[in-house]
Amino acid sequence: MGGRDTDIVLLDENGIRCDGRKVNETRKVTIKAGVLKNANGSAYIEFGDNKILVGVYGPRDVHPKHMSDTDTGILRCRYHMAPFSVGERKNPAPSRREVEISKVIKEALEPAVMLKEFPRTAVDVYMEVLQADGGTRCAALTGASVALADAGIPMRDLVAGCAAGKAADAVILDVNNEEDQAGQADLPIGYMPNLKKITLLQLDGVLTPEEYKQCIEIGIDGCNQVYEIQKKALQDKFFASGEKQ
Amino acid sequence: MTGERKRHVIPGEVITSGSYRAEQNTIQVGENIVSTIVGLSDIHDGSVRVIPLTGGYMPKDDDLVIGKIASHSSLSWTADINSCYVGMLPASDVFGRDYSSSSDDMTAKLAKGDLIAARIVNADMTRDPLITISGRELGKIDSGELVKISPNKVPRLIGKRGSMIQMIESSTNSQVTIGQNGLLVVSSEDPNGLLKAIQAIELIEEQAHVANLTDQVNEMLESKSE
Repeated sequence: MGGRDTDIVLLDENGIRCDGRKVNETRKVTIKAGVLKNANGSAYIEFGDNKILVGVYGPRDVHPKHMSDTDTGILRCRYHMAPFSVGERKNPAPSRREVEISKVIKEALEPAVMLKEFPRTAVDVYMEVLQADGGTRCAALTGASVALADAGIPMRDLVAGCAAGKAADAVILDVNNEEDQAGQADLPIGYMPNLKKITLLQLDGVLTPEEYKQCIEIGIDGCNQVYEIQKKALQDKFFASGEKQ
Repeated sequence: MTGERKRHVIPGEVITSGSYRAEQNTIQVGENIVSTIVGLSDIHDGSVRVIPLTGGYMPKDDDLVIGKIASHSSLSWTADINSCYVGMLPASDVFGRDYSSSSDDMTAKLAKGDLIAARIVNADMTRDPLITISGRELGKIDSGELVKISPNKVPRLIGKRGSMIQMIESSTNSQVTIGQNGLLVVSSEDPNGLLKAIQAIELIEEQAHVANLTDQVNEMLESKSE
């Protein structure tokens, strides 16, 4: 508990965080849908200083064939960090951490995506982190869900991601890299805003039951804010002309 | 909510609530009818559906599709029908019930790369969709230009009761075979008519969301004919 020692003041006496935000404020999020020509669906998301590109293929043939399922389609996710996404060059080979994040994002999207409609096929989601600044799994999840909608894959709801956490003994929303390194806890949340269901919940650090409740509460609030931006990204791409048939 | 009929929706958005039937691209969540894709919601006669604006082609029974022969085994051909599933064309559909793999040469009838107009017989998703080429307007396509458009824009190309496509056909003197999977074959005796028909189709593909598209296409067809 307590996180790493650091010179950075995570929270000043006025309740302002190291990057100038208030405790219950998310970073600036921008999303653009349909940025890649060759993928069936795509999205580019900037979540503060995180920059992530997502491409979706499918439904398509499953290769290798033995992975296919006669009852349902399958979802495959690949989260990858570019070598230049962090300060020190990152080895481009998939690390333990990337394999884990790919798995949790897949499991966070599965309740939303209606794969039963496409038996014996696969939907592939490729998430490429171009620049990382803490909270990439939530940002990648948010972008992936927009890219899936852009590809026209049926979904029960969009999935929005946002983290809550604890730094300098205060509960904060949308943990950035410094707060993640030096803070006390990080709680990423994936949330389906219309169905009001949580699809991703991880906790790194220690929280009291009371703090945990607070984190969930403001985390869901953050997800709802992110959802509005997802919605706008899709509306901008498909309905920008504003005309109805 | 019954007043407005067509609305832009995204996945998870509530279209309406109450006693409606949830049809194409919608699901029932408690009282609400929710969209599962990006599209235009349409409430009609107590049923709710969403017309998709994106996504690939999903085979449906009785759809006319245009396919390209991809390969064959000793009993059937497989055809690429611009979908995540391939069309299965049994050899007995072409040769009749007394087909024998030893005496009949399948490549003589349909070779790899040949285009066919086919109808989907069975698309129950438990196996690859079964297609047939026996029937009126079906079979091997020998001539014409293949044009690919988004499968979602096929209804727009056809227009209300075929108005749009009839207009293109009559003013350019061409024939257009439309596959529901977004593949079209345009043929004409007159090379200029052929080019103009293809241009008109491309215009519809680009401008599918515009309201008075029929007028625009008509204008284009007339201006070029002078």
